[in-house]
Amino acid sequence: MAQDRPTAAELLAAIADFLREEATPALDRTEPRLGFQMRVAVNSLAILEREVRLGPAADAREHERLVGLLGREATLEELNRELARQLRTGQRDETDVALMAHLEATIADKIAIANPKWR
Amino acid sequence: MTVHTLTEVENVARVLTEATSRHFGATATIEGLSRQSGGASRQTWSFDALVNGERHDLILRRDPPTLGKTERERAVAIDRATEFRVLRAAFEAGVRAPEPLFELTPQDGLGEAYVMRRIGGIAIARKLLRDAPYETARGRIARQLGEILARIHATDPATLPGLARREAADHIAELRRSLDLLGRPQPVFELALSWLDRRKPAPLDRPVLVHGDYRTGNYLVDETGVTTILDWELAHLGDPVEDLGWLCVKSWRFGAIDRPAGGFGSREELWAAYERAGGGKVDPVRAHWWEVFGTAHWGIICLNQAWKHLSGSIKSMEHASIGRRAVETEVDLLQLLKQGA
Repeated sequence: MAQDRPTAAELLAAIADFLREEATPALDRTEPRLGFQMRVAVNSLAILEREVRLGPAADAREHERLVGLLGREATLEELNRELARQLRTGQRDETDVALMAHLEATIADKIAIANPKWR
Repeated sequence: MTVHTLTEVENVARVLTEATSRHFGATATIEGLSRQSGGASRQTWSFDALVNGERHDLILRRDPPTLGKTERERAVAIDRATEFRVLRAAFEAGVRAPEPLFELTPQDGLGEAYVMRRIGGIAIARKLLRDAPYETARGRIARQLGEILARIHATDPATLPGLARREAADHIAELRRSLDLLGRPQPVFELALSWLDRRKPAPLDRPVLVHGDYRTGNYLVDETGVTTILDWELAHLGDPVEDLGWLCVKSWRFGAIDRPAGGFGSREELWAAYERAGGGKVDPVRAHWWEVFGTAHWGIICLNQAWKHLSGSIKSMEHASIGRRAVETEVDLLQLLKQGA
């Protein structure tokens, strides 16, 4: 059964907002070292909020592309393991257009969660 | 029965009083002892020693005996005794490095430790890149880093302690071993390492002293520019261009992405200063290779930092969160591979 609102993403966003706007400035005044740690924590909560919101669809897209690329069904982990093996042994390399399109799309989804401002 | 135990600070102060007095041959008084930021396994303490009315600004570098290092750290990092000797050789060769003064003994009981002179300046990239007092310094840093690096690479190998020789192939093997230990498939890092493997530069006839972690965050700057180069624990013998490539990795630009030389200048400015100061001619293809390598290296270090927390060797939210920074280097690697194709 679904949980009531707030959704996981909404609750994470609310916690991050509170810690950023109220707890961090108070800590900065009294315990600067903890203020820094709190920024790290707030940043991590923001990652989780995006992951809850964007992660499932991103994983599904990655899985679908990998099935197409490798031509077989398996779990996401197994398919990535096979792809990593092919890349280490040189069976595939950066001249493979479909491979590069897959990696670009996968990393675009990953950075959109981990750090959308990165460029 | 009451057991009196000294706090850690009291114990360090007591040992430093003895060791510093021993070194200067006169009674020393320790003041202002404080632990600086930094890891649990590699501590830096700042203190003043008053000897015969003279004040010495000093730093204690210390690996406590009880704290374990990860297998990878033991494999690539030098111990404090070796670091002391590298620092001595570099300092005497005229490198802007802190002057190492004396080592502590096993009987002192602080673990591997030595004392060096404290140099002024800050290492915080965010301030160096944006704050007003560093305006003049900002215009000099790229050039100064090139000049200092030429000096480091010119250190006479005969004056150095035994250091591992690490060529491109060794680095690649080490990173692959690291990925295998971490155990999760990493297609982008595998792609990058294979790309690097196929293009790796030939080993040099005469390897030089490589700093190994020459980047923004690991040197101090005051209003006049770079004052000293820190963090020598990854020193080894190898290709001088390794340090030039590492300095230009995008992760050390802290947002100033159009200034590859640590966030302060162009690659060409850095290379020209390096060459003018006696460094060898920089081959741009070789420099690009080391920049790609450095990017993959930092990404895998991020994964390893998270692993320190995940494996239970240290408990640290900060370390855990660094794992999620690895993808930044995956973005950069895909861009770099496109440029170099």
